[in-house]
Amino acid sequence: MESKRWVIWLIAVWTGVIALFLYIPIFSVITSSFGKSRYFRFPVKAWSDKWYDQTLGANLTTDLHLTSFYVAGCVALIAVVLGFFGALAFARYNWRGRQFYQRLIMLPIFFPQAVLGLALLLWFTYVGVLPSWEAAVFAHLVWIVPIVTLVISIQVYGFDAAQEEAAYDLGASRWQAFREVTLPALAPGLFSGALFAFLLSWGNFPLSTFTTGADSTVTEWLYTKMGSGYTPMIPTMGALSVFGAIVILFGGYMFLIVQRRRRLERGD
Amino acid sequence: MVDRAEAPAPLIRQPGIGALLLSWLRSPGVLNATPVLIFFLIGFVGPLVIVLAFSFTPERTFDLGAGFTTENYEHIFTESYYISFIWSFALAGLTVLCNLMIGYPIAYGLSKLFGRWAAPVMLVLVIPLFVSENVRLFGWYLFLIKGGGILAGGLKTAFGIDTGTLLYEPGTILMGMIYVYLPFTLFPIVLGLSMVPRDQVEASRDLGASRFQIFREVELPIAMPGILIGALLTFVLAVGAISEAKLLGGQNTPVIAQDIQHEFTYAQNWPLGSAISVLAIVVTGFLVVLVMRRLDLDRLLGRR
Repeated sequence: MESKRWVIWLIAVWTGVIALFLYIPIFSVITSSFGKSRYFRFPVKAWSDKWYDQTLGANLTTDLHLTSFYVAGCVALIAVVLGFFGALAFARYNWRGRQFYQRLIMLPIFFPQAVLGLALLLWFTYVGVLPSWEAAVFAHLVWIVPIVTLVISIQVYGFDAAQEEAAYDLGASRWQAFREVTLPALAPGLFSGALFAFLLSWGNFPLSTFTTGADSTVTEWLYTKMGSGYTPMIPTMGALSVFGAIVILFGGYMFLIVQRRRRLERGD
Repeated sequence: MVDRAEAPAPLIRQPGIGALLLSWLRSPGVLNATPVLIFFLIGFVGPLVIVLAFSFTPERTFDLGAGFTTENYEHIFTESYYISFIWSFALAGLTVLCNLMIGYPIAYGLSKLFGRWAAPVMLVLVIPLFVSENVRLFGWYLFLIKGGGILAGGLKTAFGIDTGTLLYEPGTILMGMIYVYLPFTLFPIVLGLSMVPRDQVEASRDLGASRFQIFREVELPIAMPGILIGALLTFVLAVGAISEAKLLGGQNTPVIAQDIQHEFTYAQNWPLGSAISVLAIVVTGFLVVLVMRRLDLDRLLGRR
């Protein structure tokens, strides 16, 4: 079956247009962060990186990014552990109630996030937990654990359980089979799960805004500042977080490639 | 009706319910599901119960024992809060429709036409997702802002055209939502479309089906679970959207999430905020359950 050439071209052009559409605001932010004047005007008359000097020199910048980083790091770590077991139950084993379980744990994904954030705030107040970045970790997890579970599940579906049984037959203990067979086979899924968790938490606003209390993340700071008018620090901080996301994504991608190459060299 | 006394008694009554339950609890599936389920109970069910409880307490109380009343729900309909519901659901519905139309051709290209280019194209489409929504919406603000915005400034320099601002219109909010939620519609459709077997499309073509018939009779039904998930996810996220209306709509267009935030911060009226939340949850939850019941997740995710 071959589609007509012009159809392929039409769809390719359409995809290109939409991709461009997706990048317009990112370019806008980066452009304005390099503008020299106090107020943003396009076309930019003079370029400068002084806002970066100012922003990078401020303690606030470090604090905000550290908070975001702590939250996202903890979320990624915990979400992968919970998601790993969750995914085994989701995709590997056949048990009574699995269909129900699959639907149940998906519910937080299909839930308005602002409402979830507020529900968690009420819940924290009720149980006596003070809003803080640790509380935000918990809040992010409620939404991110199901997503990570799904991501890892896709890997688990492709895992051949017979490999594990073969390991047992060859005399491996439970722990050995887990460490030498199951874990390496699922590693790519775990890794992409962690990457997803980190980045989704890094960019999250609706859950953070209700739960961080006095600790502020980068996205919260941006939202508050945007409400009170333009300062060149907003696009600069925004651009910094764009660069951060790109570095993490690229680093993660490289790591995966290096791992794969190493495994190929070892010959398994 | 069969007479109970005449029904044959089961010959062997084994194993007992207790033993069955115990063996179920010890099955590897249940053991592995336990951590997530416990977390789900503490992190999701608990908060929902609390919100529900708060929505029935009297106005401006912060205590669950303050009494029982349904007046919060009455307020929603008597004090124009329902207008936000109409806006939110209308915007969310339109977002879903537009995204399905924008996304379907792209998803089709990604799963059927682009071949080895599909992975890099996918990456290009995913990256913006990882930049905080607020940063991207602020980018739109800079792009659209009056006078010195990139669109207005660019048009003026290049063509000498003066334009007003496009900000602070419901249409701009809609564009912002389409923009933010497009990936959430797109990727489930890709997943759905990749379940359509090439052979089946070829077979129907050999049997004389037109391009439109193939779309309607073969591709659409098989890809439907993915399309449904995409539509549902987009709808729910859009109903809960908060930044779009504030940053691009300048608060001229009321939406649910803003009302809720307002009640919990400035107005300090938790019960009313809870009631609005509960209503939003009930409507979206109804849709979610409706769709979920029709899905076979094993097939969709595992290609079995």
